[in-house]
Amino acid sequence: MLLLDLALNAVATGLMLGSIYALLALGLAITFGILHVPNIAHPALMVVGAYALALANAHGLDPIAASVPVAAAFYAAGLAFYEVYYRLFERRGGTDTLQSLTLFFGLALVIEVALLMGFGADPKSVDVPYVGQSWTVGLVTLPYRLLVPALLSPAVMLLLWLYLKLSRAGLAIRAVASGETPLAIVGIAPRRVKRHAFGLATASAAFGGAALVILGPVGPFSGHAQIGRVFAVVVLAGMGSIPGTLAAGLAIGVAESLVSSFLDPSWSQGVAFAILLATLAARPTGLFGVPR
Amino acid sequence: MAISRRDFARLAAASAVAAPAVWTAARAQGQPVRIGCSLSLTGTLSGGVKAGLIGYELWRDDVNAAGGILGRPVELVVYDDQSTSAPIPGIYSKLVDVDRVDLLFSPYGANLTAVIMPFVKQRDRFVVGMYGISNNDEVKHDKFFQIAPWGPKASTDFCRGFFDLAKANGLKRIAILAADAEFSKSAAAGGLKIMQEYGMELAVNQGYPPNTTDFSAILRNLKGVAPDAVFVCSYPPDSTAFVRGVSEIGLPASVKLVGGAMVGPQYAPVLENLGPALNGFVNFHLYVPEPTLKFAGIQEFLARYEPIARQRGVDLLGHYIPPFFYAAGQLVAAAAKGAGSLDQARMAQWLHANPVETIVGTIRFDPAGDWVERRVLIVQYRGLSARNVEQFRAPGKQVVVDPPALKSGDFVPFAAARS
Repeated sequence: MLLLDLALNAVATGLMLGSIYALLALGLAITFGILHVPNIAHPALMVVGAYALALANAHGLDPIAASVPVAAAFYAAGLAFYEVYYRLFERRGGTDTLQSLTLFFGLALVIEVALLMGFGADPKSVDVPYVGQSWTVGLVTLPYRLLVPALLSPAVMLLLWLYLKLSRAGLAIRAVASGETPLAIVGIAPRRVKRHAFGLATASAAFGGAALVILGPVGPFSGHAQIGRVFAVVVLAGMGSIPGTLAAGLAIGVAESLVSSFLDPSWSQGVAFAILLATLAARPTGLFGVPR
Repeated sequence: MAISRRDFARLAAASAVAAPAVWTAARAQGQPVRIGCSLSLTGTLSGGVKAGLIGYELWRDDVNAAGGILGRPVELVVYDDQSTSAPIPGIYSKLVDVDRVDLLFSPYGANLTAVIMPFVKQRDRFVVGMYGISNNDEVKHDKFFQIAPWGPKASTDFCRGFFDLAKANGLKRIAILAADAEFSKSAAAGGLKIMQEYGMELAVNQGYPPNTTDFSAILRNLKGVAPDAVFVCSYPPDSTAFVRGVSEIGLPASVKLVGGAMVGPQYAPVLENLGPALNGFVNFHLYVPEPTLKFAGIQEFLARYEPIARQRGVDLLGHYIPPFFYAAGQLVAAAAKGAGSLDQARMAQWLHANPVETIVGTIRFDPAGDWVERRVLIVQYRGLSARNVEQFRAPGKQVVVDPPALKSGDFVPFAAARS
């Protein structure tokens, strides 16, 4: 009975964690997977989102509800930042990975120090009634602290996936992943499409921030802990695949949870990279990626 | 009176020899006493350390208002080490050789302090250690003084109070949970040694990755081993996640004592965030506003600290770090006054031989530069309500249950304390 209890709870916890990992990786799936921009500042942007939501929560707003207007503001900021990035780098042909990595590394540092200077060093948290409570279904106990952001994740991903699948703008975003020439041939400015996609990726940081701040207090440097795992999720998914991002997140979450429950928690975070290496060895394009 | 040419030549020669010394002494009289250090003003340690800086600054203001050290004003020379060890050797070389500071405070914590120990030993500098554990055990520098009250054999005894409490309450079967990081692993290793000394049984010794956000698997596995006590060695993010996890998943009914070496619940944001979820936990601390810890000057210090902390967005309570940073300044001032100069050997000699009254109590040092007696508190959180940082300024919320000399209440088993 204890074994069954452990196994069921490990899988349930893993699914919740994995769903959250996918949400945290979503923005990077767009920027890195579709636009080929290695935006390692994305976790820092999620921390900004978490701060904004903690502020909203201090005024009585639920972080999930507040994440929608924050996402809109982030979208606008993403458009503006992409324009700067385009003028400084892409237009001059300076889009090699090392330069971009340096730029976004610097951006992450600036964001962290700005948060530290602007809001102090103390971590920010939210006060919501569901944190600290659990929902028990049979043998399985689901902490709302994990369950709520875990449910937010597929909702956001479904909306984004439908948008990319069904709208013309979404089609253009998918097309730009294959290169700029096809878009230019049909008279669409790749720059506008990429700017829009970058805005969407930045907007997703608001939802990632909501997940982070519900999970626990967030400090200026909390993004550091996420960088490795979100890259692993994106690459495992197959660059740019939204359903793949969810599947990869779930796979990593469940694997981590099973390792924690039945082997040794110390090994759990290594699991993401072990799965990534094994998958890439067998399938270099990732789980859902297609060769380009 | 006529002076011969020969006398005049002698007088001139003597003046030439004496002038630099007289000039240097006169110049020094007007010069500030410069105290240098690196502090983690950015990076992962900045949360606590920026609060500590307020302690230094308040002491500097107080000592200057009282006439300075040996009649000279005090000036702090502080550089940001970004919470990493890489810039620290350069910073301390600059402090000593370029800034020519008179005295040194160490960086914050064991990892960063370890970097400067060979340097201060080689240059024979007087230095006050800030919260490192056992940094001087190997180096044996006679001018090193640790401000935190870890006491002798700190690497083992840092959390002996937790095990004393377990022993006193007949708890023998102990589980250890420790983040895979330097401080928590050291605390766990120390705990294991004490358990062996006390003849306690190890239920499980479980590591986990730092920044773990979910402890449900670990908590469920604890039910299988049914420990009497759980010794938790964690950093702020995982301390929070563990306490949340206990509220969400629960602990085995066998557990009477839980906590011990959790970093995080010493600071206002973590305390405020967790609130009632902390009820029943025990943890180490260095100062809490209990009636048994009414040191002269501490209340006034905290009252002055709070508005500055609010303005700078740092720990609003300031119980853990800032008073000891202030006390580090008091040590330096007392040693200089006692020695009658800034001669570092004489200052060190005086500090080894004399107690110093500070806002964190009377400090006496052993030959290794540690407090003669360990004064790490084990407190139990009781009767906490949600989202109210002010409650932690009142007695009765963080009850001292060890050491016996400072007890402000009796330990209550976990389940009873939560009910």
